[in-house]
Amino acid sequence: MSSQSRPDLPGTYVFDGPTSLRGHNMNKLFMSLRTENARTQFRADEAGYCRAFGLSEAQTSAVLGRDWQSMLDLGGSIFYIYKLAMMDGLSMQYLGGVFTGMSEADFKAAMLAGGRTDV
Amino acid sequence: MSEVIWGLATSHVPSIGAAMDRGMTADPVWAPLFEGYRPAREWLAEHTPDVAILVYNDHANGVDLDVVPTFAIGTAERYRVADEGFGRRPVPDVVGDPEFSFHLLQNLMDEGFDLTVFSELDVDHGFTVPLSVWTPEPGDAWPCPVIPIMVNVIRYPQPTAARCYALGQALGRAIAGYGGARTVGILGTGGMSHQLAGARAGFINPTFDHMFLDAIEKEPQKLAALSREDYIRQAGSEGIELIMWLVMRGAMNAEVRKVHSAYHVPASNTAAGLALFDNRTTRPS
Repeated sequence: MSSQSRPDLPGTYVFDGPTSLRGHNMNKLFMSLRTENARTQFRADEAGYCRAFGLSEAQTSAVLGRDWQSMLDLGGSIFYIYKLAMMDGLSMQYLGGVFTGMSEADFKAAMLAGGRTDV
Repeated sequence: MSEVIWGLATSHVPSIGAAMDRGMTADPVWAPLFEGYRPAREWLAEHTPDVAILVYNDHANGVDLDVVPTFAIGTAERYRVADEGFGRRPVPDVVGDPEFSFHLLQNLMDEGFDLTVFSELDVDHGFTVPLSVWTPEPGDAWPCPVIPIMVNVIRYPQPTAARCYALGQALGRAIAGYGGARTVGILGTGGMSHQLAGARAGFINPTFDHMFLDAIEKEPQKLAALSREDYIRQAGSEGIELIMWLVMRGAMNAEVRKVHSAYHVPASNTAAGLALFDNRTTRPS
């Protein structure tokens, strides 16, 4: 195994070294949103806040457009991305719906029915 | 000499804590989960140890990605409950046991486990939800001091399941060697199968989970032999948290007695599992 060897599983993100490196600034931004003060600053000027944290153009677009899937693709960790979702009043089940092409209600129903056992 | 008297393995899903904090445990969606906990809680209430050790992972609250310790131990007198963004859970801060932490640290180091040390640490739902599963109404304080052992399960490569089991075994020896005739409870947390992100979000694998619940009691070596890829494929990208149950199991005797186990889908996006073992059936060699 090479030092970068990792599981390659369809439909599954593995938060490895290169991913962590790519997403570092964006994840730092998400982490900062734990305080009300930071959330107020972020809301006042989201693009400026992204610049201050050194996000790439693509990451900035993903954050401003709330493109949750792109945030994952650009190195976001779900536990960090979730802090932005919480700020927006969105649940992990809403995000689950986004990632799987379902509405939040359908995703919740799938979980209540025993979860997605066939994926 | 100190003795591990019980081991409690439980999921740490934040919504389990939220359901308790908001008085929703009798709601139809939640009642079966909490009913499943009841026998374990009743037994635990009659077997309060002098101190507990809780093996857990942080979720971007006590630490961030600047520094990710693979294994760490807390040595503080108190651990604050983290504000994860919208106010802390209405549960007590955690009282630690520095003297015991120092003993464990020294002994684990001497056995080759080079732990990171937290002199200060805020503990998040990964810590407080298992405490709430154990003690639903703590009042002003948890039943006893609790020592955190943190495991990285978020950033790849996580420690192997085998290494977690070996850490648990060394922890068991370190506990046994602590003077003062103390009783110890140990908690392994996280899991069971779940995946939060990607096209496979919502993945649940009850077959794997039931195998795991059985094997954690009788054949932990089998679980220790599974690779990271095995865990991620079979239990989901967040299901790899189950490696933390192996730290708990490693600290216990070869033979344990199951007091109670429970399994419920879903707690939010997760298969919630609980397993409680009495460790007093055999004596450590």
